[in-house]
Parts: sequence; C-alpha cells; structure tokens
Amino acid sequence: MKIVGHNLTTKESFYFFEIAKGLWITSRHFIYNMYFHIAHLLGKYPEVPAAVTVQYPEEKVPLSRRWRGRHRINARPDGSPRCVACMLCETVCPVQCIHIVAGEHPDPAIEKYPVSFEIDVTRCCWCGMCEEACPVDALYMDTGKSPEPGFSREDLLYRKEQLVKEMPLPGCQRSLNAPGQGPMEANPLGL
Amino acid sequence: MPTLTIDDQQVTVDQGTTILDAAKKLGISIPHFCYHPRLTKVDACRMCLVEVKDAPKLVTSCSNAVRDNMVVFTGTPKVEEARKSILEFILINHPLDCPICDKAGECKLQDYYFRHSRQPSRFKDYKVKKHKVVDLGATMVLDSERCVVCSRCVRFCKEVAGEENLGIFNRGDHSEIGTYPGKKIEHNYQGNLADICPVGALTAKDFRFKCRSWLLCKVDTICPGCSNGCNAVVHFTLRSFDGIKGQRVFRLTPRENNDVNKIWLCDVGRWGYSFIDSIDRLTTPALKKGEDFVKSDWDTVLRETASGLKTVVERYGPSAIGVIPSPHLTNEDLYALKCLFSCVLKVTNIDFKLPGLDKGEGDKLLLKADRHPNTRGAELLGLSGTGLSAEAMMEKVKTGEIKALYLVGSDPVKYIGEKAEEALSRAELLIFQGTNFNASCKLAHVILPGATFVEKEGTFTNYQGRLQRINKALEPLGEAQADWEIFTRLGKRLGSYPSYKYAEEVFKDMAREVAPFTGLSYQKIGPQGIKLTLPEGKS
Repeated sequence: MKIVGHNLTTKESFYFFEIAKGLWITSRHFIYNMYFHIAHLLGKYPEVPAAVTVQYPEEKVPLSRRWRGRHRINARPDGSPRCVACMLCETVCPVQCIHIVAGEHPDPAIEKYPVSFEIDVTRCCWCGMCEEACPVDALYMDTGKSPEPGFSREDLLYRKEQLVKEMPLPGCQRSLNAPGQGPMEANPLGL
Repeated sequence: MPTLTIDDQQVTVDQGTTILDAAKKLGISIPHFCYHPRLTKVDACRMCLVEVKDAPKLVTSCSNAVRDNMVVFTGTPKVEEARKSILEFILINHPLDCPICDKAGECKLQDYYFRHSRQPSRFKDYKVKKHKVVDLGATMVLDSERCVVCSRCVRFCKEVAGEENLGIFNRGDHSEIGTYPGKKIEHNYQGNLADICPVGALTAKDFRFKCRSWLLCKVDTICPGCSNGCNAVVHFTLRSFDGIKGQRVFRLTPRENNDVNKIWLCDVGRWGYSFIDSIDRLTTPALKKGEDFVKSDWDTVLRETASGLKTVVERYGPSAIGVIPSPHLTNEDLYALKCLFSCVLKVTNIDFKLPGLDKGEGDKLLLKADRHPNTRGAELLGLSGTGLSAEAMMEKVKTGEIKALYLVGSDPVKYIGEKAEEALSRAELLIFQGTNFNASCKLAHVILPGATFVEKEGTFTNYQGRLQRINKALEPLGEAQADWEIFTRLGKRLGSYPSYKYAEEVFKDMAREVAPFTGLSYQKIGPQGIKLTLPEGKS
C-alpha cells in the first residue's frame, strides 16, 4: 500500500491562514446558531431552523410509512384477535421469538385460535417477516412505538391480550382493516 | 411378463400390474388421490390420467393393467392439461384454509397444486358449505369441506378394519363423507385414516393443532406398543417451546414393512407415546430418605447401589439378589443386564416373566396380547428360567431370603398386586431403574432414571423372531440415561466390566456371545429388520 502525501503549498506551510480560516467557520456557525436560538426564545423567525440537532425526546423525527415498530394484533369486530394460530410467523421468525399455543375454537367457522401468543422482544430482530407471513391480516408492526424498557424478562414478553389492544400509528397503518372494524376485506381465509 | 415403454423407458413387469405401479418401478410418480397400494381401486379422483398410444382417450393409470408393447406417456401437454383441470375442479369447493389445516405441508392436494396447476381460481360463485369439525368417534375429526371424496377412508374401514360405518352421502358437489346414523368409528385402526387421507379432511384429535407438520423431525423407530414390532416413524421437535410446553414427541406414524405391519399402525401403539414426556417421567436419580425421595446425582446413587449390592453378595451370597427386568427394554439393555448380574455378580434369580404379562387384548390384524416389544428378545437372551421365577422371588423377598431386588422398568405391583406390594416393602434394598414412576417405584430405595425407546439406540425382537432397530431421536429427558449405559457404569464399580460407549458395541458383543444373533450387525439388520434363525423348538 502506498500512502500518498499532500505537499503543503507555501501559503499553507505558514499555518496562520489555515487556523484563521478554521476559526472563521466555527465562529460563523456559533454566531448563527446562537442568534437563531435566542431569536426562537423571543418568538422571532420560528420557520428558520437553528442547530441541526434534534431535541429528542421533546422533538421527534417523522417516521417512514414502512418503519417497523412494536407488534400489534389486528382485532375482529368483537375484539378477539384475528390470529388463527397458523404458526407461519413462528415458522418464519429467524430468531424464534414468537411462541404460539393453538387451541380449538368453539365456533367451527373459526376452528383454530391462539390460546397463548407470546412475542419475546428481547429476541426480536425487527425484521418484519412475521408481518409478511401472516395470511389473515392479524400481525402488524405499524404501531410506531419502540419497545419500552422493562425491569424483568416478563415485562418484555408481549402477550396477545396486550398486543390486541395496540393501535396502528395514524398514517402508517398497513392493514386494510382497521382494528375491530368492519368485515374482513383482504383475507384469503374469509375468517 | 409384458414389456412396455413409459416415457421412453422400457420396463418389464408382472402380468396384471397397473400402469401406475409400473411407472413407480421406473421412479416416475403419477399423481393420485384415490389409489392406495393396499386398498381396492375405484377410479374416483381421475388424477392419475395418462396418455396411452392408440387409446382414444386418456386412461386412468391406477386401474388399467399393462399390456405387452404398450407405450405410455405421463407428461405430455394433454396429460398436464387434464391434471390441471381436475385440480381446478377439486379446488372449486375447497376452503383453502391451509394455514389452519393440520395436513398443510404433507398434503397431496397442496403438493399437486404447486407441481401441476399453479393457477388462480376462475370460480366466481359461492363455495358449497359443508359440515366442519364433525366428531367421527373417539379419535377422529372430519372436515367435509376439505374432502376430495377419494373414498380411501371408506374403503379402509370396510376392507382393512372390517367395520362398515363410514359412507359417502349426497351427490355431486354436495357429496360428503360421514358415519351412518347413530354410528361412530370404533375400530382400533382409526389413526390410519388420518395417514391415508390425502388432504386434511380427517385429522386425529390427538395431534390436532398441536404442531405444524413442517416443524417436526422424523426418525425411524419400532412401535413399542406390543410384541408385533410394527415399523413406525416418530415425529418429534427439538424446539422446546413448540406446541404444548414440554411436549417433544407428537405422533407415531407407520412405516411400510410387508413382513410385519404392511403399512398400518394400530391406535394402541400410535397413541401410546405419551409416557415419553409425561409428568411422571423419572428425570433425576433419587434416594429414599425416610418417607420421601431426595434428588441426588449419578455418582452418589451408583455408589450407593454398588455398595448395597456388594454388601448383600458378601453377606448372603448372590442368591439373595433378585432381578426383574422388563421386556420393554432393548436387546442391548437386557444383554448388558445379563452381563452385569450373571457374569459379574453370579446372580441366577433373573426372570422377566411376571404373571399376566401377555394378558392384554389382541386383535387379528396387528395388535398382540403381549404388550411388550421385546418379550422374544428377553427369552432368547435367557432372562427367564435360570433361577427362581418372578413370583417365587416375591415370596422369598417376603420371607427375607432375598434381600435385594433390582427392578428394571418392571412393575410387579401392577401384575401381582398387593402380595408384591407387601413383599417389596419388606425388601432390604429395592432398586428401581426405569422411565416412569409407578406403584413399585414408590417403594424403591434407589431410583435410577432410564431412557425411553426414542432416546436410545437398540434392537427389539418381535414375536416372530424378527430383529429390528430403534434409533435415537432425542436426548434422554433430564439426567436420564440409556439402561445399558447405567449397567456399564454400575458394572465398572462392581468388577471387571467392558466399557461400552455405544449401543452398537453392546450389540457386537451380544452377536458374538448369544446364538441367534451370531454374525449380525446394525448394518445387516437395516431399516426393515432381519429374521433371526431361531434354535429348534423355539420358533
């Protein structure tokens, strides 16, 4: 490997002009930011941004429509999960974080339902394959929320009772069926 | 012997062979639903149509016998078009609920659709609604909507199980399978209905919704349900959280073996696997302290056992030890046991024949009265009749002449009753080695957990004297170990004992020492088993 050096010009070899140039850039940004921060405090020029830093958590970056956040389960009109416990999400999950126990539903038209549905978010890698695999419009990752920290592993095990209550982020909803509303439209099973 | 050409390949088959069987011989698979090699042919599904040169129309390959110089084409555009149309016809009223269907992944309709059709439905009308979740009996559930009316189940009940209670009702696209009014399926071969059903119409209650078929691993084994030794495949999962918590084995399905079970498996054997993961499995070695069992480790327990047996032999001689093995054990386990007790400790009181061992209820097809897979093997190894009988041992334990009793998977309390319970409670040293807790285990002083048939390698000898292999599918539950392994560890503490590392080594020694097994090896036994040349008077 050859390291290509940069031969300094005569002006650069004095250093003084280069230091002055650097100081000028720094002070320009400092004065500009300070001026507009103070102006914002006084209620002036609100449309002109000051520093580029996002003041999280007071301020949030707008999420992409495709952003994958915490999971939710779409609900039927009666509030029960649309999940039919087909275990396709469990099968496709590359980190095996979804655990389903299926049971016989009293309604023969539904037939199969999840007795328990758990997502272990400590293992989840947020790949979104479960969302894609779901054949019955049940599992989505469009809540727009990040996982909350918990004090125990139990806190980070999301169960169906909790998942079914989550709502999609307005504008980001990927299901054609709003949770708990209307008949199923995009559902090959017709359930 | 007619010679015919199928897809440009020549084959010579017996007179009367069907085109489908001849093609199978060449490795060409022709799709079919209603045809089953062990049932009569009905021509119901029309899926197996092939083109025969000079025939005016396509012919069904499952029912047409071959002729000399016949020229058959199985993959011409005409045949493919016919298959596509038949599949489209079948799928008109099919509910397409593959995500919740237990058959998904091993469904013929699914496979054929992807292989031969792959077209969206053109049917715009409403599908015919039929009965779903129909209870057909103690073990079967019917979903008429999924049914393709191939009538395999109807023929199976009539021809194999000999019980006519299933039939096809109504006509056209309303036809559905059902039991005759007021009847249920009652025979002992119901599980086979789920196997032969090409779609998910008939599902077993036992397996229903427990696990998806693609998550299951499969290993060849032998059904331990009775002395018939039916060839089976054990379906299990290695992912601990699949299905119901802690369940590892989900079902047994039959494996074809013309000499033993044809292609069937009875319900007693099929659903007899539950003891493998049941709550009463012995998983840790334990010692009795006072009234309770205290969990221990292998070293302590083996030390206790070895010193206990040694003391008894030194003080009272080897005749004060009795051993009752169970014919549930493999030949390897029994040989290791025989080595330990007859060769190392010189014990003669070994008898596996508890009274009433073969008093189950058998039937004419597969199920035998003797519900133990290796009774014949135990007989051939000479584990009976060398000393006292098991019943006599009980008497001697009661009178105090036998001080130590070693039970290997056997349950004298179950077979002999209260008398045995009284005797066992008087034993000075009672060692129980086995897989599950039982009434005799309750009285034991030392518990050694053993491995079940899916957790170890080995061989079983069935009632005909056919030697067949079982394979290890899973690691033993908890700290349990294969029985031959326990005997090896125990043998090392008691005297000079060969250090076996694999079941195959035990078998090699057995093949050298025991007459009927001479010259055999695991390779020679193969997947289908091998018939032993039995000494005269024993066949």
